Amino acid sequence: MSAPNSSFDPVEVTPLREDEVIRMRDEALAAIAASTDLDGLKQARLEHTGDRSPLALANREIGALPPQARKEAGQRVGMARGAVSAALAARQAELDAEREAAMLVEEAVDVTLPWDRRTPGARHPITTMSEKIADVFVAMGWEVAEGPVIEAEWLNFDALNLGPDHPARTMQDTFWTEPADHHVVLRTHTSPVQARTMLTRTPPIYVICPGRVFRTDEYDATHSPMFHQVEGLVVDRGITMAHLKGTLDHFATAMFGEGIDTRFRPSYFPFTEPSAEVDMRCFVCRGITGSVETCRTCRGEGWIEWGGCGVVNPRVLTACGVDPDIYTGFAFGMGIDRALMFRHGAEDLRDLFEGDVRFTTAFGVEL
Amino acid sequence: MKAPVSWIRDLVDLPDEATTHDLTHRLTALGLKLEGIEGSGVSGPLVVGRVLTMTPEPQKNGKTINWCTVDVGQANGSGEPQGIVCGAHNFAPGDLVVVILPGGVLPGGFAISARKTYGHVSAGMICSARELGLGEDHDGIIVLPADAGVPGQDALAMLGLDDEIIEFEINPDRAYALSLRGIAREAALAYGRPFTDPTERAVPEPDDHGYPIVVEDPSGCPVFAARTVSGFDPTAPTPTWLARRIEQAGMRSISLAVDVTNYVMLEFGQPIHGFDRDKLRGPIVVRRARAGEQLTTLDGVRRTLHLEDLLITDDSGPIGLAAVMGGETTELGPTTTNIVIEAAHWDPVSIARTSRRHKLPSEAAKRFERGVDPTLPPRAADRVAELLVAHGGGTIDPGFTLVGQPAPMRTIVIDATLPGSLTGMEITPETTVAHLAAVGCSVEGSTGRLSVTVPPWRPDLSDPYDLVEEVARVVGYDHVPSVLPVAPPGSGLTPTQRLRRRVGRSLAGWGYVEALSFPWVGPADFERLMLAADDPRRTTVRLANLLSTEQPWFTTTLLPGILGNLSRNLGRGQSDVALFETATVAHPTGLATPIFPVDARPTADQIAALDVCVPRQPLHLAIAIAGQVDRSGWWGAGREVSWSDAIETIRALAGVLGVHVDVRRAALAPWHPGRCAEIVLDDQVIGHAGELHPSVCAALDLPKRSAAAEIDLDALMAAASDVVAAPRLSAFPVAKEDIALVVDADLPAETAAAVLREGAGELCEEVRLFDVYTGPQVGEGRKSLAFALRFRAPDRTLSTQETGAARDAAVAAAVARLGATQR
Repeated sequence: MSAPNSSFDPVEVTPLREDEVIRMRDEALAAIAASTDLDGLKQARLEHTGDRSPLALANREIGALPPQARKEAGQRVGMARGAVSAALAARQAELDAEREAAMLVEEAVDVTLPWDRRTPGARHPITTMSEKIADVFVAMGWEVAEGPVIEAEWLNFDALNLGPDHPARTMQDTFWTEPADHHVVLRTHTSPVQARTMLTRTPPIYVICPGRVFRTDEYDATHSPMFHQVEGLVVDRGITMAHLKGTLDHFATAMFGEGIDTRFRPSYFPFTEPSAEVDMRCFVCRGITGSVETCRTCRGEGWIEWGGCGVVNPRVLTACGVDPDIYTGFAFGMGIDRALMFRHGAEDLRDLFEGDVRFTTAFGVEL
Repeated sequence: MKAPVSWIRDLVDLPDEATTHDLTHRLTALGLKLEGIEGSGVSGPLVVGRVLTMTPEPQKNGKTINWCTVDVGQANGSGEPQGIVCGAHNFAPGDLVVVILPGGVLPGGFAISARKTYGHVSAGMICSARELGLGEDHDGIIVLPADAGVPGQDALAMLGLDDEIIEFEINPDRAYALSLRGIAREAALAYGRPFTDPTERAVPEPDDHGYPIVVEDPSGCPVFAARTVSGFDPTAPTPTWLARRIEQAGMRSISLAVDVTNYVMLEFGQPIHGFDRDKLRGPIVVRRARAGEQLTTLDGVRRTLHLEDLLITDDSGPIGLAAVMGGETTELGPTTTNIVIEAAHWDPVSIARTSRRHKLPSEAAKRFERGVDPTLPPRAADRVAELLVAHGGGTIDPGFTLVGQPAPMRTIVIDATLPGSLTGMEITPETTVAHLAAVGCSVEGSTGRLSVTVPPWRPDLSDPYDLVEEVARVVGYDHVPSVLPVAPPGSGLTPTQRLRRRVGRSLAGWGYVEALSFPWVGPADFERLMLAADDPRRTTVRLANLLSTEQPWFTTTLLPGILGNLSRNLGRGQSDVALFETATVAHPTGLATPIFPVDARPTADQIAALDVCVPRQPLHLAIAIAGQVDRSGWWGAGREVSWSDAIETIRALAGVLGVHVDVRRAALAPWHPGRCAEIVLDDQVIGHAGELHPSVCAALDLPKRSAAAEIDLDALMAAASDVVAAPRLSAFPVAKEDIALVVDADLPAETAAAVLREGAGELCEEVRLFDVYTGPQVGEGRKSLAFALRFRAPDRTLSTQETGAARDAAVAAAVARLGATQR
């Protein structure tokens, strides 16, 4: 039985000598550091980490060593190869970053080039104003009521205390349809919607009715045969003029800003009694001395005529099936077109109806 | 209604310091709406001057001017005589005249300064009545009476040129304020001053000796008073003050007799008519017109009368259209010396109808149809007679005819607390009683139920709520508190209202700009759209009173309006325009809507019946596009609008609403017959889209290939899905297969896609057309459609065999059903 080869004499293998491994490693690191671009680095990688590279060849010699020498040589070569790999990766990252930086510089564009590939769309300010108004009231729990624009005479007039010979019928220049005995008109106000609402619902009623209306007015900068109104109607127990005032004050504030309130002047409408004209505090000058005198929005008045309102005439409640001994109500109405004009400083009403995209586009999709 | 402040002040003792502005402010608060304030247009210095010297100087132009020196006292600052050139000759040294000095302004904004003329420096002007806006008299300058004043004294007040005229817009319920009597009453109320009614006067008892009057229709004419003046001088001039007041009130001064009747109408509010007694034939008879009767009114128009017209007649026939306009034959004229004065009360409804029927909105009719104090006639006739003889001489005949009597005044029962409970103001029963009395009512009771008799000048007061307004306006509307009412919880916008917003926002997001067009159309509009003679869109609601005879109908289609807007935009220099509009159109029902009574609610059935008669008014959506959709630019070429853009927009919109619509080939004006699609929802055609017919483009000045669409948006929205079902997503990989089919050229691509989808079965998740080719390689009358198919299973990765089988099945279906061949 032979004894272990413990006295084995190591063979001297030149490539695995410590100084030789360090030299190979340093040559590799120098080549990597000297690479100034990704192609150079690729060449260095092939030369110093490829199958025929000195360190790879040295690694192959390890097997020739006696077992007790292999560990040390393996560690020596492994460390050298590790250092080279790390250097390669680091240099790769550096060069990648450099290349990307150069590319980004090269790809810079003139970001101020025009962007008018598509023309912008817009919604009509009458639409968006109507929605804004509706939203103010919907937020208070009201509902939006609508009705046809070509309407039965009875709903447009009779039901609203405008009998056939009422002087106010001639005040509203009505578009009648033919034949006359069919009793059909283009509605002169949105009030028939109020009548329809009372006829089809039971109180409490809290509705807002925006819509287009027609009168035989001349067409000019301040008049139009078609325009838009919004009316509000409340029918409930114990409703008073104070509730009307409170509602209009809130409406004015919501549309025109904090501190904008309203005032009433006695007036006349067949469907309300008592009736009032409502003025809104000028939202530009606020009626403040020093500003009001030169204010173009209210023409020095401090107040802007806004609409009409009043307590619903019991005759209207009766015609629409609401018991005036139990319920009272209020109603108000104003022009949306006019409000749009003074709120936005528009000078010619015709701009609303001529569809000029330059005008409409300015208002975007929401007011 | 125009009222001079001086006249108001004559009738009510207003505080001296009350300015016109303050007066109008307070009257507005009481319900008399201010229309405007007019001044005389003259501002000072306007002073009395005494002519010291006048030297006539003939001029080369043939005129002779007077070089005058005028003493204007200290008004010119120096006290020296003022040198003035004057062209008039109707005065002499020593006369008192009216001088406007440099710095003054005459009506029309004519500013006076010292200026060189006819070789002199003329420092001011000696004024004529016309120059001061005091009348038409331009025969010469005003020569004041010798005792009128002293040189240098202000002449503005002396001539009434400091007066202001308030114009009111009188509401229909305040007809009493169409008189100075009514306005002065309100002014007294506004300042808490006592008011003496100018119409209060003692009149003699009526007798049988006056001009004979027969009223055959007492319901049309409840009261008729007549007085007669004899020996009147028709040449007597109207006193300056009276003529001026009439003119200030906006009427023309005509002759003394006519001016007096107008003056009393303005003063009392009672329209008056005067007849030349010598031209009357027999008694005056009030009756309705008979069939075929005619009358020539004062305006020279021969009018055929209506059976309802109330007439004033004599033995010769009709001599006046009662309360609307007199007739020619008995008109007060330059030879009238004997005058019968008519002051009558007329039925408002009858007068309103006659006035409208004959298109005669006279001052008299305006008052009668709104309501005149029926107790006025005897007093008004007396007042007219008084003024006529005072200024025109003659005598008032002792006879005084009075037929009929006014109906008793209405009494209204009102709860004393109603004004407070309805207005939300703190109003005690005492206040209610006091304020009702202040506006002329007589009140019985002090609390609880009040019995309120309205004054005769307030025929408008008929209901308790009317009385509430009277109390409230005297308390002041400014005292109404502000209390926000609390509505019961609401459910927000309706689904349809929300969908409409979605439609608008989507279209705007896609580059469309919303337009609002007028709804009227006419034959020319439909011709331009090339609508066929039997096109249902030609059946319109017709308007009776037109803005323009060219557009007598309410439209059935939004296309005329939106295409007009498109054309206008292009005309104004835009090149790429996309518009949309949503609005209701109207289709007549041919049915008459009922007129219900108003004393109770119509039944639900009656309302439903009414709705059936009202024209059907669906909400439509129209779009119109011209120019480029994608504009050309630095990024490359643009893309011109095509037929497909219009169709795509409607399809996309249907998608936004969660509605599936089918698109089918169609041919309908105004579209290109080969490039028109009908939009189909559940087998119902709800609209059309495509390229406009080239002739339509030409007729509307639109570029060729402009596109448009119009659909019934109500129908589309009605089909909108309410709750979207969440999709189940497969995480397994997709398998893609492309196939190209050669089919007949006129096979709709949509049909081919549908067949493929069906043939490919459940595994197919998308069939997308990505190319269309026609050319020699596929042969005449054929085309190649290239589709990309995507397959995916919910539970596994598909094998190549499964995918291939599904693809083959799709192709097989196309081959079998469409005669397709695979390329």
